[in-house]
Amino acid sequence: MDAPIDSSPQITVEQAIDNLIGPDLGLRFYSAWWLGKFQVRSPLAIERLTQALKDEDDRTEDGGYPFRRNAARALGKLDAQESVPALIEALDCEDYYVREAAAQSLEMLGSAVAIPALVRRLNNGLIETELNPQVPDLYEPYDALMEALGTLNAQEHVASVAPFLDHPVPRVQYAADRAMYQLTGDAAYGNLLIEALKGDDLQLRRAALSDVGAIGYLPAADAIAETLAENSLKLIALKGVLEKQILPDSSELSEGAIHVMNLMDSLL
Amino acid sequence: MNTATKEQLLQAIEEAATATTLADAVKALAEAQIPETIPNLIRALNYNNPGAAVAAVDGLIALGKDSVPDLLNLLDDYNYGARAWALRALSGIGDPRSHHLLVDTALNDFALSVRRAAARGLGSIHWEWIAPEEAQTLQKTSLDALCQICHDPEWIVRYAGISGLECLGQQPNTEMRSIALHHLQQAQQTDTETAVRARAQLAIDRLT
Repeated sequence: MDAPIDSSPQITVEQAIDNLIGPDLGLRFYSAWWLGKFQVRSPLAIERLTQALKDEDDRTEDGGYPFRRNAARALGKLDAQESVPALIEALDCEDYYVREAAAQSLEMLGSAVAIPALVRRLNNGLIETELNPQVPDLYEPYDALMEALGTLNAQEHVASVAPFLDHPVPRVQYAADRAMYQLTGDAAYGNLLIEALKGDDLQLRRAALSDVGAIGYLPAADAIAETLAENSLKLIALKGVLEKQILPDSSELSEGAIHVMNLMDSLL
Repeated sequence: MNTATKEQLLQAIEEAATATTLADAVKALAEAQIPETIPNLIRALNYNNPGAAVAAVDGLIALGKDSVPDLLNLLDDYNYGARAWALRALSGIGDPRSHHLLVDTALNDFALSVRRAAARGLGSIHWEWIAPEEAQTLQKTSLDALCQICHDPEWIVRYAGISGLECLGQQPNTEMRSIALHHLQQAQQTDTETAVRARAQLAIDRLT
């Protein structure tokens, strides 16, 4: 469950950047991950990772693009604003996982310019204003798309997100709850996630923990602490809640912040 | 529930067919607080069932000192998930017999959740259970370890180290308190994570 402190084979930044255009596809794939993981914000690395979004060499048997996936993930971690246009194009890649990674990175980059493209993909799940009745429709990475729209505060697109509150896949529902909360500030959506923390399925409780932490929903703090799941995940969720309670220019801690930290202490 | 016998409680664990019923059965056993079932509670840490593990840890902590020898003896055989839970139980009990183990674990264990639990435990040892001179020597070791832990690569381990430093800073020893405060102020000003800086701020507020 825990990653070792130092799990990486010995590799230098220069080697990793060279590997991106080297002959070994496995090393390209690994180096794209590595550069993101260790946040190597080198212009050359970013340039090559951006080019990698158009890679044609590394294909899976069913047509996926593994190198593009890792490159898309890394660019978000590297805060590579210059890669935004290429990531928006990657939202139209035929590989689901590339689209998912691109949506997640555009979210991390705070790219409001990506909103129209994200909504266009999300609308693929709708017929007019209703959910596509094909059950369960998982053609698009709906959860990642909605999470990005929520974080990017795409308030004018609430109508595209709302139908997914009834999606048959709980994970997609939670993403809709999370985005609707971010877009409307309505506590009812946050409370749906609190309910989800009490569900019967551990995987789904874990997913709900991640969502409730991402929106930093203070009323969920006690429910997070009581969720039947690993303390590590509860602590990460509470960290998300805590950080929303901290004002950037004040050393004064709010009551809410202190309450969250007391809960965190009890889970260490 | 309190009327169930030890045998009935153990049988419920044997017969549990789902993760939820297993967690409930362990919880019932833990709440019964029967010292002879300590080995059963320790075994429950190994079920890969977070609900059962949480209940077992709470039960072991409530049983206190009596759990410590078994926990110390059995720790070596356990997988890392179970170790984390066992360490959490030892951290919660705060028996000075586990001090050496907690220091070594907090500094050197490869699993971050285990370092986290040990760091927390270092701050909450029942010093009054041992002679004052011995306590002072051990506290010095704790302080050195916790100051190092405030530079761990993982935010949650640093966070736990800070909470440990806060507890240690509350001991009636002004030199130790001022060293703890110095490290807390450093973390409050320089840590890269908002949550860690906030926890350092809280510790400083409570110590000054």
